[in-house]
Amino acid sequence: MKIDRRHFLVMLPAAAIAWKYLLAGTPEASPNYTMTDHWWSMLIDIPKCIGCGNCVRACAVENDVPDGHFRTWVERYLVTDWHMENPEVVSPDGGKEGFSAAPAEENGKYFFVPKLCNHCADSPCTQVCPVGATFIAPDGVVLVDQTYCLGCAYCVQACPYGCRYIHPEKRVADKCTLCYHRITKGLKPACVENCPTGARQLVDLKDPYDPIHAFLKTHYVQVLKPQMATGAKVFYNEMDGSVR
Amino acid sequence: MSRFKDAGHLFRFAFLFVVAFAVFLVVRHFVVPRSFGEYGHYRGAAIGEIAAHPIHFAGHQACEACHADIADTKKAGKHATVNCEACHGPLANHAADPSIQPAKLDTAVLCIRCHAASAAKPKDFPQVDAEQHSSGVACETCHQPHSPAIQAGGAK
Repeated sequence: MKIDRRHFLVMLPAAAIAWKYLLAGTPEASPNYTMTDHWWSMLIDIPKCIGCGNCVRACAVENDVPDGHFRTWVERYLVTDWHMENPEVVSPDGGKEGFSAAPAEENGKYFFVPKLCNHCADSPCTQVCPVGATFIAPDGVVLVDQTYCLGCAYCVQACPYGCRYIHPEKRVADKCTLCYHRITKGLKPACVENCPTGARQLVDLKDPYDPIHAFLKTHYVQVLKPQMATGAKVFYNEMDGSVR
Repeated sequence: MSRFKDAGHLFRFAFLFVVAFAVFLVVRHFVVPRSFGEYGHYRGAAIGEIAAHPIHFAGHQACEACHADIADTKKAGKHATVNCEACHGPLANHAADPSIQPAKLDTAVLCIRCHAASAAKPKDFPQVDAEQHSSGVACETCHQPHSPAIQAGGAK
């Protein structure tokens, strides 16, 4: 085949488009899932949490979380009288096996606070990554590309919520993915699926029919450390001001 | 012309610069992953790889597809909001291949995980001191886990 200059010039844009598709890499694993249709987050209803630790165990099984490390964990707070700045916080093994019976406290209040990655919209952890191994996916989930991570742990230090750790065997950063492999298949995250009281709810802020919109209109909701301006998206219902 | 009389070293330098840039472009082409920059400063294909991880919990919809009778019992009772795998454990392999039998459950462990009395739990959540409440009698003697309210004639 003989290609003259005119044909060559005509072919050039077509070749460029074909090359772009070639560079785009492997297609998504979930064919019916459109990333731009979602903006995922979570709602935690503190008065419903009983501290059973089902979420922590389910998370560990679903995501092969190594012992002693947590993608989600539960803290038990005891705030006595007006000592808001000095709450007594315990989390034995991340609350994985629940909590032993608490002694009755006449002079204070107890409550449980489940914690996980806040999937911040302006996340400090993704900003400090020197190699682009952690990022906010187009559907609002903060993920780690473990084949690209160097394990420098900048992100572990940058997270104001202590949600990241270095995986002891893989030597790379690991964290809650909001069970990305589940939510892209239409399932609930393992912690939400296994919460017996419905204290944890998966939320899609881009879905106009998601009950979160009605909930946010009728409840007093906070995020953790709003002063950090990280755009945290895990909403806590009826959270005490002593929670850090 | 006289101004460029001794400019040979400049051209050599410019040539080296062009060569080095070409080498940079070639190396970058092979070193940077193909999908890098597809959505942002990261490897776009990583999203699909994370989404492709296998699941361990099948989800209650998968359970209810076969065990509709239990789902109906459960919906009518106090445990309506408790999903199957919260007690039965991760059973994606059973959902995919029903010949794999789930492990037997121990109510002595499971019930008390949530219902053990503790001052830290919300006051309206049903809690018992197991020793006082049943003094060692197994929970399912009186309470049927899928619908725990005590029925006339005990648990079925």
